[in-house]
Amino acid sequence: MFFTVTDAVDLSKFPADRIRNFCIIAHIDHGKSTLADRLLEMTGAIAKTEKNKQVLDKLQVERERGITVKAQTASLFYNHEGQQYLLNLIDTPGHVDFSYEVSRSISACQGVLLIVDANQGIQAQTVANFYLAFEAQLAIIPVINKIDLKNADPERVESQIEKVFDIPREECIRISAKLGTNVENVLQAVVDRIPPPEASIDDPFKALVFDSNFDHYRGVVANIAVFGGRVKKGDRIVSAYLGKTYEVNELGLLRPDEHSTGKLFAGQVGYIVAGMKDVKEAQIGDTLYLQEQPVEALPGFKPAKAMVFAGMYPMDQSEYQGLRSAIEKLTLNDSSVTVQRDSSLALGAGWRLGFLGLLHMEVFNQRLEQEYNASVIVTAPTVPYKAVLSSAKLIKEHGSKEITIVNPAQFPDRTVVSEYLEPMVLGTILAPDSYTGKIMSLCLNRRAVQKNMLYIDDQRVMMKYLFPLNEVVVDFYDLLKSLSSGYASFDYENAGYQAADLIKMDILLNGRPVEELITIVHRDRAYSSGKAMCERLKDSIPRQMFEIAVQAAIGSKVIARETIKAYKKNVLAKCYGGDITRKMKLLKKQAEGKKKMRLIGSVEVPKDAFINVLKRKQK
Amino acid sequence: MMSLRAARRALSPGVRRFSDTSGGEIVEDVSERTGCAQLTTQASLYVHWPYCLRRCSYCNFNKYISRDNNDHMMTECLQKETETLLQLSQVSCVTSVFFGGGTPSLAHPSTVAAVLETVSGQASLSEKAEVTLEVNPTPVGMSKLEDFCRAGVNRFSIGVQSLQDDDLKILGRDHSSRQALQTIEEARRLCPGRVSVDVMFGRPKQSVESWENELSKLLRVCDDHMSLYQLTLERGTQLFKQVQGGEVTVPAEDVTAEMYQCARRTLHQHGFLQYEVSNFAKHQKAVSHHNMSYWKGRQYIGVGPGAHGRFVLPGEGGVAREARTQTLEPDVWMREVQQRGHGTRRRIQLNHLELLEEVLVMGMRMTEGINHKHWELFSPQLSLREVFGRSTDVQELLQSGRLILDDRGLRCSWDGLALLDSMLPALLVELERQISQRLQRDHHTDGQTKKTSNPR
Repeated sequence: MFFTVTDAVDLSKFPADRIRNFCIIAHIDHGKSTLADRLLEMTGAIAKTEKNKQVLDKLQVERERGITVKAQTASLFYNHEGQQYLLNLIDTPGHVDFSYEVSRSISACQGVLLIVDANQGIQAQTVANFYLAFEAQLAIIPVINKIDLKNADPERVESQIEKVFDIPREECIRISAKLGTNVENVLQAVVDRIPPPEASIDDPFKALVFDSNFDHYRGVVANIAVFGGRVKKGDRIVSAYLGKTYEVNELGLLRPDEHSTGKLFAGQVGYIVAGMKDVKEAQIGDTLYLQEQPVEALPGFKPAKAMVFAGMYPMDQSEYQGLRSAIEKLTLNDSSVTVQRDSSLALGAGWRLGFLGLLHMEVFNQRLEQEYNASVIVTAPTVPYKAVLSSAKLIKEHGSKEITIVNPAQFPDRTVVSEYLEPMVLGTILAPDSYTGKIMSLCLNRRAVQKNMLYIDDQRVMMKYLFPLNEVVVDFYDLLKSLSSGYASFDYENAGYQAADLIKMDILLNGRPVEELITIVHRDRAYSSGKAMCERLKDSIPRQMFEIAVQAAIGSKVIARETIKAYKKNVLAKCYGGDITRKMKLLKKQAEGKKKMRLIGSVEVPKDAFINVLKRKQK
Repeated sequence: MMSLRAARRALSPGVRRFSDTSGGEIVEDVSERTGCAQLTTQASLYVHWPYCLRRCSYCNFNKYISRDNNDHMMTECLQKETETLLQLSQVSCVTSVFFGGGTPSLAHPSTVAAVLETVSGQASLSEKAEVTLEVNPTPVGMSKLEDFCRAGVNRFSIGVQSLQDDDLKILGRDHSSRQALQTIEEARRLCPGRVSVDVMFGRPKQSVESWENELSKLLRVCDDHMSLYQLTLERGTQLFKQVQGGEVTVPAEDVTAEMYQCARRTLHQHGFLQYEVSNFAKHQKAVSHHNMSYWKGRQYIGVGPGAHGRFVLPGEGGVAREARTQTLEPDVWMREVQQRGHGTRRRIQLNHLELLEEVLVMGMRMTEGINHKHWELFSPQLSLREVFGRSTDVQELLQSGRLILDDRGLRCSWDGLALLDSMLPALLVELERQISQRLQRDHHTDGQTKKTSNPR
């Protein structure tokens, strides 16, 4: 029998030893959200209907892509051996772009359900997520899902888990979240195997912010885990990071909808509204405490750090205001996006946005398009490089020896730099061993260094490579997927910076450099990327009355060239009375276009050409 | 039944014999002597016959493969619309008539006679006025040429397109090269010195060499006028699809450019003067006066399904030139003509700038370009030099030797003509800038009192 809450809940009836805080971690599509739905249904948090498909994934993008971006949280009431338990399911973002968020969510838990697809077995993200949980010393309950599938091979998955994670196979729970098979066992295991939070109601109030949302009427709604003491409506609380004081207006449980309780106690998880106006005031990982009882901040807090940058420009400058408000709305809910105003001679006024990773960027773009109907030009992503300055004067100017370069136009010259650094990531690839050769040569092409290789069973190989981030941001994942017929999975974590032979590449049109096309590249990649840019430009600059040389150059040295041949004939053959209207329309359009052309020397470059070269390739 | 006018023409062949020594008179070139007044009192007339027997693979023109014979009704409607539009335009003189299509040589000669009669009833149509008919060189077309002459046609434009039978098949034409040669001969017999041969280049699989051979063959049989059109792949045509699908290849741009230049040289050597991008004539008299009037920016009235016109409608109190388009679909058009006397679907008033834009775009297609007087007729306030003399873009074109602006006027050089469409956008941008600046100045200085009389 399950406990159903009808009215107000007396949360004081749930001391820490009757609370379990856990999260579910899984590779994409292994069934995390489906399991969450089942748990919610079985504990009566939501009604059992056909429509309960992935209730926790609220965003359209998430449902489409089968991933969770924004963490959702739900408190479940569960009756086990005559005792009522409060199980707090802290849903985590499903991608390591959000590994910091995942780590904060994890730090609010004492245990995890590690879900693995009975058919697909361990995937790259399973590994990455496992280590996050393992390092946080959480109790790990391996759950093998989708045992109802025809090709399910739970035995094999169990031995993978044993081999890779060193967890005895007996600990695995085989379930079908879709059909509800054995899900009850999962709930029991949560109570039995996960320790209660070590939190005392007698300590001063101390809570971790592990997520935040923005609500137009109430401001920031922060999700918190109470690590000690108690908090109630009207209390004055302080954010440790900013030192700002707020009054608690509302708080309660998430079931998963907000359920006001007026109080929260040690060990519990819930939401709090305290008049914060901006999500940046409730940063993930921050600590909240009572104004009169300051405490030491919880460890591990890091402000969000952008790892992938892309320019965003409105299709037409008349859409600038609309796009601005759309971006503002989206960033209200996502403090990890950094926004900087930028302008390009070719694309006009826009922004340079920083994201935690590629998927984060993708999700942002999709939300922009789908939720706000904004049509945007998104430039190819770049990564933040660093330069270690050698000139004393420059060091003084910048106030530090090491500077970060986001805009290629600001790339400092080699003469004033002792070394350049590029961001690195440690990539994990899991794939059937028949693809190993192809994958290794792809990685080699991407300047990656192999760190490790392990057979996780007799067919699947796990490889670890150290990649320059720049090499994976554009199309690595797509290539990997296609050369492995979709069987390889990939994930990465940040791995600091490394010295790199970086150079600035110019693109020249008839000898004149084009400022908006300056690119920072690794010396080894200069030729191929220069060649590719020249080709794309060649295809998108219309022929003119003279020949146009499209060149990629490093310093004064030309490394690639394409030629746009001059028009030899360009005149409409037939033009009589009846043809004038059509002809005039075409010419007027060209004349209008001419006014908008960017003139590089005497070469007229349409905006489309820049878009074609700068924007991300469509998949 | 032959119309009165046609009968009169038939009975007085001496007047129509343009090859006679008196031929000089027929060049009714109103040219620069035409004053501002004539711009609105004269017009040329285009008559569209929308039907074809089959669809040519490259053609996206407004044409219909007719299933039932409604030629009679079509004729009546063409007459009716001619009458209505001439009345609205209040032109006193129709300077030329052109029967185009479609395949107007499929029409009965009496249709031509009937339309010409209607014209004569509404305005003066000189005996010497050029009356052209487009002809498909099929045996049937050929057999009717004489009757067309009797009906009043005095110039034939023959759609030879190619002398290669294989190519004619690919193009979907319904004639052979032999039939084409015979038709030229017959047309020359009937209208000596007033036959144009239309040829197409840039055809599938064509080489510069084969084009040269074909040209020399044509030069041996042609009359005093040639039109050479580069094949243009139009969306929606069968040929376009074939080329897209890789079934058919057309010569590359460089090759067609070479074909064009080579044809220009060859024709020049054979005494043909190029007077427009695609048109060549042995002497001034042989040029297509009807087409010249388009390029000189004169008024024209378009009659028939999908026809276009450019004229002022004083009959409706208009002062500015209108761009008029007739309803495309023949049956709908006929219904409209029957109901309200004309089938005009779209009317757009051209403002001063738009008029000048057309004058510029059309005028630059002529090798003689736009002379100062011609321009002044349309733009008394701003001379060619005032409009184009200051622009750096135009200066560059002048310096490159592709464009010429001198005491005669503005025109393309030999090389420039082949690149006209690359130059026009710059000229249009400058024209718009100067006109709008001029308007602002006028507005500031004497906006209240001065009312400029814009030519139409």
